[in-house]
Amino acid sequence: MAQQEKDDASGQQAGRSLTMSRAMVEAIAHEMRADDEVFYMGEDVADYGGIFDSTEGLLEEFGRDRIMDVPISETAYLGAAVGAAQEGMRPIAELMFVDFFGVAMDQIYNQMAKNTYMSGGSVNVPMVLTAAVGGTYNDAAQHSQTLYGTFAHLPGMKVVVPSTAYDAKGLMHNAIRDDDPVVYMFHKRLMGIGWLPAPDGPKTGVPEDDYTIPFGSADVKREGADVTVVTLGLHVHRALEAAADLADDGIDIEVVDLRTLVPLDTDTIRDSVAKTGHLVVVDEDYRSYGVTGEIIASVAEAGLDDLEAVERVALPDVPIPYARPMEDEVVPGTEDIAAAVRAARGDE
Amino acid sequence: MVAVNELQEMYENMVTARQYEERLQEEYMAGKQPAFDISAGPIPGELHLAAGHEAAGAGVCQHLRDDDTVTAPHRPHHIAIAKGVDLKRMTAEIFGRESGLSGGKGGHMHLFDPDVNFACSGIIAEGCPPAVGAGLAAKKRNTDSVAVAFLGEGAIDQGAFLESLNLASVQNLPVVFVVEDNDWAISMPKERVTDVENGAQRADGFGLQGMRVDADDAVAVSEAAREAVGRARDGNGPTLLEVQVHRRMGHFMGDPESYRPDEDKDAAEQRDSIERLESDLQAHGVDDETIDDLRSRAHDRVEEAIEWAKDQPEPESEDAYEDVFVNPPSGVTDNEPSTADTGGDD
Repeated sequence: MAQQEKDDASGQQAGRSLTMSRAMVEAIAHEMRADDEVFYMGEDVADYGGIFDSTEGLLEEFGRDRIMDVPISETAYLGAAVGAAQEGMRPIAELMFVDFFGVAMDQIYNQMAKNTYMSGGSVNVPMVLTAAVGGTYNDAAQHSQTLYGTFAHLPGMKVVVPSTAYDAKGLMHNAIRDDDPVVYMFHKRLMGIGWLPAPDGPKTGVPEDDYTIPFGSADVKREGADVTVVTLGLHVHRALEAAADLADDGIDIEVVDLRTLVPLDTDTIRDSVAKTGHLVVVDEDYRSYGVTGEIIASVAEAGLDDLEAVERVALPDVPIPYARPMEDEVVPGTEDIAAAVRAARGDE
Repeated sequence: MVAVNELQEMYENMVTARQYEERLQEEYMAGKQPAFDISAGPIPGELHLAAGHEAAGAGVCQHLRDDDTVTAPHRPHHIAIAKGVDLKRMTAEIFGRESGLSGGKGGHMHLFDPDVNFACSGIIAEGCPPAVGAGLAAKKRNTDSVAVAFLGEGAIDQGAFLESLNLASVQNLPVVFVVEDNDWAISMPKERVTDVENGAQRADGFGLQGMRVDADDAVAVSEAAREAVGRARDGNGPTLLEVQVHRRMGHFMGDPESYRPDEDKDAAEQRDSIERLESDLQAHGVDDETIDDLRSRAHDRVEEAIEWAKDQPEPESEDAYEDVFVNPPSGVTDNEPSTADTGGDD
């Protein structure tokens, strides 16, 4: 955590705490007040306030011209965000569920993500693509994915995954101010929605003033000496739960919250592994060709000397099933993380 | 002219769908009170109910055979019932049970019953292209099967729908696109997202027939559907049929509907195609005893399906690893951290 952030955060410790959705909305509102060129487009973002509360209250302050409900036409409105951004505006466009990216992928990966490069840097696309991600509530195969690795794999997009209200606000300020396209993936289970209870943890103290969290700065959410657990999103909290259980057995894990996948803070990961010698990577995305493999490779490339053991915990390579016993099986749980930590240490 | 026995069939399907969803609603809310947690209770996850839509499913599907294909969207129950999907196994699927249509893998938005060529997609308008594909197969094989894609009016702005209209039209395929227009795409009223009041006008730009009827008059829905399905079956090409329905529920269970004017919901509740069809039956000389029999038969069937479903076992957690492929490779691994324990497909 940068010193500036620490000062901001500590200055507010005694103050209010916010849900992750309120923190996100606060950053968006701040940027919209400061810059008339910022606007928000999406399905059910106006009167409804976002199905996952991502725009709650913004319509009342900013009106329909700037908080725009749009037809169910993702190709058109995500592409319109690209076009408006290339004109110099700062649109925020929302995918209600990240799973819906499929109907508009060309605008995302061939236009939004590539126009800067293809233009030799003469065009830029300062937009934010927000998307709800994640499972754990039995919404089945088409509404439960995170797809972290998919977006992070394709070059040209910065990819942000907050796990707390504090991080959500600072990362959103940075996302809107960034001159490149930013994919901002918020986990439904962390937002603090009434009908989808959040775990303890994402609701944190949040400074009232604006602040930015630089992309590419992973955050050590828990310091520990024995095993490094690298993760993101909801699974930061599951890893912290596992840490408490493991601590009872004298196992001291360090939890590294990536916060952004692109850029990736490999220094923080490597420093932690240099200290612990044991790496466990936990991801709510599919196992193969994804985040877990990338993190492990990035450590291995830096040198294998520090690395005594590696484990990964991720969704197996199956679509996410509906029924509770099967979804619980495939989405990594606290016990899965603890088991991986023990395995990395050679305990059985 | 719709025959009396056809009216009775339609009525029974509509009543079955309404009663079924009222019972599902009760079961869904169990475990979600006083605090509504979407992941709690015997039916977790999203649940999209179709009260007010029944005439569209019943009026169209009564002209279909088992070998005709239907693709349904995220709000599929009334369509599935009218198409003849196995109600017990469908209910078990919704309850996430091992004997469900998909063994609990699909859930209520993803119902598949190949015995009657019924499939769903939870992604808006994405059932349209597969319906075009079913129509293409019928044409290539020179059968007289047809395909019907159901969608909501919110989906008519989606590329998959518009591209499908064009492909079906230019290939002269036996496809009917049925738009259930309930005036609302979740919180977005139709007039805010399209400049065309009558969605059937979309047909004009693609060279296919467009029709629009009001579900208040279930008989009119059936007559329009007879024409559209007949056109497809006779090799005379696709039709876009828009049916004005009424949304009596929220978009999904838990939808606060705070965006919706009270008068709008009241109006939807007052326009009940089931009540009107009952009057039509009486006007055709069907006595009250027969109507009561149809209702009680629907009731018994619904109760039987729900009781049966709740008695079925849950799937084993390891079942999650099966069915990714029909011919599974050996590489699908489970989440075990260290051992080389592979999934259930071995």
